[in-house]
Amino acid sequence: MNVFYKITTLVIVLITSVSFAQQTPAPKQTQAITIKGATAHIGDGSVLENSTIVFENGKITAIGTAIPTKGNVIDATGKHVYPGIIAPVSTLGLGEIDAVRPTIDDDEIGDMIPNVRSLIAYNAESKVVESMRPNGVLLAQVTPQGGRISGTSSIVQLDAWNWEDAAVKVDDGIHMNWPNSFKRGRWWLGEDRGYKPNKNYEKDLDEIRSFLVNAKAYKNTKEQPKNEAFKAMKGLFDGSKTLFINANGEKEMIDAITTAKEHGVKNVVIVGGYEAHKIAAFLKKNDISVLIRRVHSLPQREDDAYDLPYSLPKLLTDAGVLVGLQANGRMERMNTRNMPFYAGHLVSQGMDKEKALQLITGNTAKILGIDDSYGTLEKGKSATLFISEGDALDMRTNILTHVFIDGRDVSLETHQTELWKRYMGKYEGK
Amino acid sequence: MLKYKGVLPKCNKSAIFSNLNFENIMRKTTLLLLCCFFSSFIFAQEYFPKNDGVKEQNNNYIALTNATLFITPTEKVKNGTLLIQQGKVVASGKSVVIPENSVIIDLKGKHIYPSFIDPYTNFGMKKPKKAKRNGRSAQYKPSRDGYYWNDHIRPDQNAIDYFSYDKKLAKEYRNMGFGTVTTLQMDGIARGTGVLVALNDKDGAAQRILDDALGQYFSFEKSVTSLQSYPTSLMGAMALLRQMYHDASWYSKGNIATKDRALEALLNNKKNVAFFEAGSKSNNLRADNIGDQFGVDYILVGGGDEYEMLNKTKQTNASFIIPINFPEAYDVSNPYAAKYISLADMRDWNQAPINPKVLSENDITFALTTFKLKKPKEFTKKLKKAFEYGFDKIKALESLTTVPAQLLGKSDEIGSLKPGRYANFLITSGALFDDETTLYENWVQGTKNVINTQDQKDIRGNYKITSGGKTYDVAITGDVSKPKATIKLGDVEYPSKMDYSANWVTLSFTDKETNEVFRTTGIVPKQGDGFSGKMVNPDGSETDFTAVRQKGGISEEKTKKKSKTEKPEIVPITYPNIGYGFATKPKQQDVLFKNATVWTSEDAGILNNTDVLVKNGKIAEIGQNLRAGGAKTIDATGKHLTAGIIDEHSHLATLAVNEAGQNSSAEVTIEDVVDPEDIGIYRDLAGGVTSIQILHGSANPIGGRSAIIKLKWGEDADGLIYDNSPKFIKFALGENVKQSNWQSFNRFPQTRMGVEQVYVNYFNRAKEYDAKKKRGQPVRYDEELEVLAEILNGERFISCHSYVQSEINMLMKVAEKFDFRINTFTHILEGYKVADKMAAHGVGGSTFSDWWAYKYEVNDAIPYNASIMNSQGVVTAINSDDAEMSRRLNQEAAKSVKYGGMSEEDAWNMVTINPAKLLHLDDRTGSIKEGKDADLVLWSDNPLSVHAKAEKTMIEGTTYFDLERDKQKQKAIKKERNKLIKMMLAEKQNGGKTKPPKGKDKREFTCETIN
Repeated sequence: MNVFYKITTLVIVLITSVSFAQQTPAPKQTQAITIKGATAHIGDGSVLENSTIVFENGKITAIGTAIPTKGNVIDATGKHVYPGIIAPVSTLGLGEIDAVRPTIDDDEIGDMIPNVRSLIAYNAESKVVESMRPNGVLLAQVTPQGGRISGTSSIVQLDAWNWEDAAVKVDDGIHMNWPNSFKRGRWWLGEDRGYKPNKNYEKDLDEIRSFLVNAKAYKNTKEQPKNEAFKAMKGLFDGSKTLFINANGEKEMIDAITTAKEHGVKNVVIVGGYEAHKIAAFLKKNDISVLIRRVHSLPQREDDAYDLPYSLPKLLTDAGVLVGLQANGRMERMNTRNMPFYAGHLVSQGMDKEKALQLITGNTAKILGIDDSYGTLEKGKSATLFISEGDALDMRTNILTHVFIDGRDVSLETHQTELWKRYMGKYEGK
Repeated sequence: MLKYKGVLPKCNKSAIFSNLNFENIMRKTTLLLLCCFFSSFIFAQEYFPKNDGVKEQNNNYIALTNATLFITPTEKVKNGTLLIQQGKVVASGKSVVIPENSVIIDLKGKHIYPSFIDPYTNFGMKKPKKAKRNGRSAQYKPSRDGYYWNDHIRPDQNAIDYFSYDKKLAKEYRNMGFGTVTTLQMDGIARGTGVLVALNDKDGAAQRILDDALGQYFSFEKSVTSLQSYPTSLMGAMALLRQMYHDASWYSKGNIATKDRALEALLNNKKNVAFFEAGSKSNNLRADNIGDQFGVDYILVGGGDEYEMLNKTKQTNASFIIPINFPEAYDVSNPYAAKYISLADMRDWNQAPINPKVLSENDITFALTTFKLKKPKEFTKKLKKAFEYGFDKIKALESLTTVPAQLLGKSDEIGSLKPGRYANFLITSGALFDDETTLYENWVQGTKNVINTQDQKDIRGNYKITSGGKTYDVAITGDVSKPKATIKLGDVEYPSKMDYSANWVTLSFTDKETNEVFRTTGIVPKQGDGFSGKMVNPDGSETDFTAVRQKGGISEEKTKKKSKTEKPEIVPITYPNIGYGFATKPKQQDVLFKNATVWTSEDAGILNNTDVLVKNGKIAEIGQNLRAGGAKTIDATGKHLTAGIIDEHSHLATLAVNEAGQNSSAEVTIEDVVDPEDIGIYRDLAGGVTSIQILHGSANPIGGRSAIIKLKWGEDADGLIYDNSPKFIKFALGENVKQSNWQSFNRFPQTRMGVEQVYVNYFNRAKEYDAKKKRGQPVRYDEELEVLAEILNGERFISCHSYVQSEINMLMKVAEKFDFRINTFTHILEGYKVADKMAAHGVGGSTFSDWWAYKYEVNDAIPYNASIMNSQGVVTAINSDDAEMSRRLNQEAAKSVKYGGMSEEDAWNMVTINPAKLLHLDDRTGSIKEGKDADLVLWSDNPLSVHAKAEKTMIEGTTYFDLERDKQKQKAIKKERNKLIKMMLAEKQNGGKTKPPKGKDKREFTCETIN
């Protein structure tokens, strides 16, 4: 009884505290805004010094160096403008506090559940989500976790009243966890903790093949009873959805790509890709892009180079593979705000700064199929961008003065900035 | 019955029987008996009535003559005689007088050795019954009543109570050459006494049990029979052992009113030899240290990896029992699978068989054991491998006979063939351990056990068998007693089966084309080459056959074998012995950094174009245009030189984090379990870290003591721990100590209210304890209270895991009440809410830069925390609690420039001088100041920049990380892996056993890691 009471209380406390903290979403852009004088980092690898960017009704209408201003003019001389950073394969809004189960909605039970949709569970009022904005992370692909086929993701912008309001691209992709040919020992059953060959690997693959075959067959028949799982897969075969496959090993990636292609899946993206550099030519040949494992992570094996997680994106980019960064991993939601610094860190490995930026903006937009509107600062695209005092990919200078999402002037305040101000006020007698 | 008094003179000259009371001393007889029932009655208990016959005694002697007799491994007698009677050696040597009533066995050309002793088995032991989990909460109380407070202390457990003789297994041991084994119940931390048993199937327990309360056994492993949760860690097991000895001593002085049958047993068996199953090179040292503290010389059951830590192993001065479970090669035929195997594990396969050789060459006393082998019968094969690696055969024999006998304190009974010892001996065809040698018999207590019959002729060789008009070529190879046959008709090979026993050969072979089976059987005559008999043809008809011996055959095989046993290539050991270890430990060097941007972390601030001279491991001079003298000059133009990063909160380089079995565990210390082989050390160096505090976890309000180490990669645990280390202990508050986030409802405290009471209670008791001691009154030594008294006396400092403001405030008030100050709040995520109070109390804060949202109590955690605390005069540091973040703490510090607008200098101090201050190390490290340790990092860029990379990391003038050297190491690892993979492939191709690939069991610890 005690426990139930405690949990109930906790839920109530959480719900109340969460809902009070959310900053009010910004209203629609009503008049033209011009950002003038800033260094514009386009997100496609290029830079425009002393730029002028004009946007109206949420869209960039002009960008150049010597073009006329319009409407409200923001003098951003000496500052930097960037396209909004995109967090792919993210659980933002699907969980609030890791250790508090009632707040977690990212993993439904079941092995093959492509019909499970993240969008409707996305909490637009999450305090974690609002903490993204002051660092420039403005879009996310909200993605279910777990199982073999985890479900369907949608892409949202991070300043919204509700999930409908947030949606940028609905049901964009299906996410799959590829089996591992090696498995960690189940130590809680008394097994050794180390990695051992997975005896079920082939069987697991067969299950995937069988599901793909059936899903495809379902597409061709009209009279059969409804099967939401198969129906959800349909977009994979006509190219309207992308299949995102989590795989890290060389063999696993090759198996995953080969299997998906053989079964008529049009668009495949590898998520993770720890060993992708070893099969870069294969990836390139098959036109597969990679959303690479978190830069700030440890090498998987003792003998691996200490800096492999830092150098992997460059190795792949140099080999001609289209690469984006992501933040999957421990405490991934709150850590997603560090995405600009993941990109910045790559520069220490010899990567060009603008190319590094591409991995969290332009490339990601391409990989997610939203590059017609997002990812770069280009005429006709959404005015989803931010102004930083300095280099936004460096912790010291990622100091944002303005954030716009679809031209809306978004608040930079959060639960955290409020506490900061409240307590500094206390100490400084304000 | 015969009685022996005193020690007999050496037997290699002549045996003297003058002090023996023989009725008749008889002259050598020529009686020859092939097989007798010698021992029918010899052991029959003389006071037992006999009703199934009449009571007779066999007092005959058995004389084994003309043998090459090894009385001990080094006492070899040619044409020697071994005289035994009633299961014991009467005489052994060259000119032994053979009594008339002797049965004589002529062993011309054969060898006699003392049979082996295995000093560490669980032969015949009843399997301890596993306790079943009942409910989800942990068990804190013992299950046993009237014993020690901890179920895992079971010195009262006597192996004899669980023992029943296992004939089948005894045979397996005897077949390997063993005549006596020690057996014990391998369960619990204190395990009680063992049993010494002769592997004598024939006679009963009254004869074969040589000692029913031998030794006293210990380990670090808990009993499976109890779920009592303490200890959950290695360091907890160590603390428990120490407290057990303290309590026993207190008990022995009559200071405990109640009866404790466990402690009584421990005290009663104090006179016995103590054995400790340590199980690894570093656990050997751990056990030995405990032994030293309490005056116990443990005989250590090692791990087989002692060769990696030879000097320290030797310094223990301990004797060892060493397993030879050398790893099998990995099956690396699948390259995708091979990648999972670490270089360290590959090396283990390659290097481990050298252990016995290395130990014996370094004069370390050790016995061998079958312990850790899957089955005793693997023993011979593994031993052979040790010989291939150069292990001396005489040493091997010693480690199986005289040494274990001596370690068990039983040299007067077993281990040699001196008069008076049990007649436990082996008869072989030739030199023991040689490939061609056959073990014929293993006598135990005078009872003959035939392993391979002596009378059977060696028929290995090439033959031609003619039968039914066809002539088959037959090659008989393999073991003398179990040979194999290859049969060919012309070029066609016929699959065959061969059996050879009691001088009969049975050979069947199949014509593959027709699938027809031919069967032959024939007797081998004593004289002559070849054999003959009948062949049963597929159609049932019978024909005679003759096998005629051809020339060659055996010798051909011998040379083949020889080429196979060429000395294996052994890859060199590195420090530590894993990938990225050093082939030779790096040396301290005098270095002049020229023209760097120097971040002093002192009032001097950041100095441009400055030189720093390092001499004898210290910062000798800071200035411009310094002269190098003999120092090596490093051009640091455009680069930044800083003090090494200090991580106040780390769980790297340790084998355990939490002792979670009790709500206070002040008695444990991470110093006991420092792991110098954690690759995390190297990775941290690559991130510019030079010192870390390895903290106990946050499972309990009063945690364990810290280890503060320098990341001297390649040194052993002692070499890592600071000299005169400041003393620290971990405390913890909040959800973890309340056990809020997992199923546990029966440990106090479950609320923040209870947490306070834990502290107040422990400090009250520590105060009383300390006062009593100071008054000179005797106390029951309590390691936990000793540690807490150190806190009260200002000798030990607290680093307390903390989140919300209420509990932070509470702990400060508790400390003030007991008149001391909290040193550091670590995590301290709501420190910003009470920064003024913290400053007033004088406590520092060591926090994360931006972590939050991982549990309820960090709901109000904000990235501005460090900036706010710093602005209010709190000494503030940024820590990791995480192996990944630890290697880029420079970036974490930089975040405070963004969050709260901290100056770059202040931000940098948060990972250098501030943590040094918090750890009371600021007089030694943490800044660039003349006279301080040269713990320095050369960065490619401003160290707070996201682009910065550590190029060199130096500790006390020794460069432990160097970017260029790292590249070489990566290449070397690739090369060595490739080499070992090739060697393993070869092993597989040559028919060696392999096992499937396996990835290392690498774990990353955080505060909350319990299992």
